[in-house]
Amino acid sequence: MYQYDEYDQAMVDARVEEFRGQVARRMAGEITEDQFKPLRLKNGLYLQLHAYMLRVAIPYGTLNGRQMRLLGDIADKYDRGYGHFTTRQNIQYNWIKLEDAPQILADLATVEMHAIQTSGNCIRNISSDHFAGAAADELVDPRPYAELLRQWSSFHPEFDYLPRKFKIAVIASDTDRAAMRLHDIGIQIVKNDAGEIGARFYVGGGMGRTPMIAPVIRDFVPALQMVSYAEACLRVYNRYGRRDNKYKARIKILVHEIGADEYRRQVEEEFAHILTLGLEPPQAEFERIAAFFADPGLESGLADGYDRSDPDFAVWADQNTAPHKQAGYKAVVISLKPAGGIPGDASADQIRLMAELAEAYSLDELRVTHTQNIVLPHVKQSDLYALWQKLDAAGLATANLDLIGDIIACPGLDYCSLANARSIPLAQKISARFASPERQRTLGELKLKISGCINACGHHHAGHIGILGVDKKGTENYQLLFGGSEAADTSLAQIVGPGFNEDGIVDAIETATEVYLKARAEGERFIDTYRRIGAAPFKEAIYG
Amino acid sequence: MKILTGNDLASGDVVWWDGKGWSRDVNDAVDAGDSADAILAAEEAAQRVNAGYAIAATKTAEGVRPAHIKDRIRALGPTVRLDLSLRPGDPDAASRVI
Amino acid sequence: MAETLLRLRVDTASGAPVLSLTDFLASDNAAAVRIEPGEDARALLPHLSRIALVEVSFPAYGDGRGYSSARILREHGYKGELRATGDVLLDQLSHMKRCGFDGFAPAKPIAAEAAQQAFATWPDVYQKTVDGRSPIWAKRHGL
Repeated sequence: MYQYDEYDQAMVDARVEEFRGQVARRMAGEITEDQFKPLRLKNGLYLQLHAYMLRVAIPYGTLNGRQMRLLGDIADKYDRGYGHFTTRQNIQYNWIKLEDAPQILADLATVEMHAIQTSGNCIRNISSDHFAGAAADELVDPRPYAELLRQWSSFHPEFDYLPRKFKIAVIASDTDRAAMRLHDIGIQIVKNDAGEIGARFYVGGGMGRTPMIAPVIRDFVPALQMVSYAEACLRVYNRYGRRDNKYKARIKILVHEIGADEYRRQVEEEFAHILTLGLEPPQAEFERIAAFFADPGLESGLADGYDRSDPDFAVWADQNTAPHKQAGYKAVVISLKPAGGIPGDASADQIRLMAELAEAYSLDELRVTHTQNIVLPHVKQSDLYALWQKLDAAGLATANLDLIGDIIACPGLDYCSLANARSIPLAQKISARFASPERQRTLGELKLKISGCINACGHHHAGHIGILGVDKKGTENYQLLFGGSEAADTSLAQIVGPGFNEDGIVDAIETATEVYLKARAEGERFIDTYRRIGAAPFKEAIYG
Repeated sequence: MKILTGNDLASGDVVWWDGKGWSRDVNDAVDAGDSADAILAAEEAAQRVNAGYAIAATKTAEGVRPAHIKDRIRALGPTVRLDLSLRPGDPDAASRVI
Repeated sequence: MAETLLRLRVDTASGAPVLSLTDFLASDNAAAVRIEPGEDARALLPHLSRIALVEVSFPAYGDGRGYSSARILREHGYKGELRATGDVLLDQLSHMKRCGFDGFAPAKPIAAEAAQQAFATWPDVYQKTVDGRSPIWAKRHGL
């Protein structure tokens, strides 16, 4: 994976010193909270419901054992012994003191990590496929492109005060594991008819209060011109994105209001101009970056297959591992969704254990997924059983990947000052109701996603089943949605009917699963049956 | 009653105006009445509180109860981690804030 | 508010009256113009040779359109003074300079020493812009 050189390190160190100075000025009363807020947000520091919250970037979701271990140590040293992995490949700490924040950033910088641009109206952490570099179905590893964009977007002087936040995802396979088309810019690395590698740009997707699926703005940009094309996309947005209404300020609204064709025309005009300026890093720079990702140390000549005589292990291996491009390996997903647990939370000890297991079994690599789980991408099949035993002993071997217990949930009103309702207790109740592993496997793939407000951090629009928490005259109320997907068959979920209280919605979901089990055809997932038979039978059963 | 809340600038802790200073315990909160804006302005200017605001609350037999669920959760801590809340020994604390 | 003006130029500041974009475009010989965030900097491109001062107004620091306006003017060869005015704060100075600003008229004065420190925030830069700094990718490959 990528390693900083002296330039990268100097930039991150400079940022730490800049923030140290800004915090000192704030503590001394030289700047007001209004002036300080955008500065702390650009360093990932929020003032949340109970305390300051720090969001640390895990660029394109990739990290090594040393970095992961430090994330655990930070949880112990500066927080309350745990961290929360988010839907954008970040980790959040909920109990940070302002006076500690600069030192935490300094600690992170010692392992080539940072919290740069994890909030604010700027280009956020670049996300990617959590199986990148391991997936059997990828065209190339998308991470060198993501790293190119990370450097381009870091401290970009023109795009630090955009109309609104800006999220970019990069993938390189037809299977979308990064909700790519629900980003401000989604990039798919593709090969054209001439066999050249380039980028397909989707622009104007997003969730939030106005969910939209991004249209293709350009089918093919030569790989090295990607930075210039992104520059053009952002410049048009910076100049013409709406600033009169915070809720209409995302690029999806601009693209929607002027239309994809007009947006494309403006971008192409800007792109033609930008191409004359020579802003792109040379091929040699791309090759320098790509070399870091080329070979994590995979052995060749291994055979597929492993001892499956322990039935509990076999169930986990079937559910929580994915095909690897190299024979004899698997990518392993560690579920952070135990029945009744808090989705995405991990204790400092669990974080450090995962670091150790990555070093022992996964060529010192981990990934963070947008579904709030952790991946060990390069595990030898002959090591799977030993790995599983260690995970199981630590409560990290829940075999529920992509099942109804593998719930995405935002922090909700338990932690978040924007939330209208709590998300976590609902996730806990649902995963407890469906705790039986057999029952979950019978239901098959079922992606359930919960947001505690319309901002949709819990991706409820993209759930096969989505839940949106709202405030109904001072009490928590939950709306039920069906039919969303953030995979390659991206679709937006629709509200089924009137909302429920906490217990009511758990019952309604159970009813919906019964409708599905009765109606499903051979091989159909919940979403397939829903798409085939429509909402009516579900409504009928739920509302009578 | 109208009570005042905010966060401690350095630690981020949730705090409540107790008439003389800022307490971590909502039950210490006092009615700020018509002085709310003036107190907040003075306290923020002196950096004794950050991001302060006034809310409605009632005084009950059990203590001071903010009108909105968000502030009741602020007063307690996360309902899903009572061990980290201000009432770690009280298993019913979560149900009372809802 | 000349006393709060910070300039990174050696020439003498233009004393020409600063016109709104509309008035400037209606005049044949005006040499100074102010553009607001919603105005198109490209409207000035046919007239760059006669302009000595462009003021780019920042009514609120959070409105970043002026950064694009500045860069566009520089990218098209504007050589006169480019002055950021209004809600211009210490922590925005280094990015403004990178986008081509070489004059700063903050509504609330900024000490020259603090400004110098702000301009020196970044030991290096990742992007090639219009400030002439060699980006990290160029240095890495001896370009």
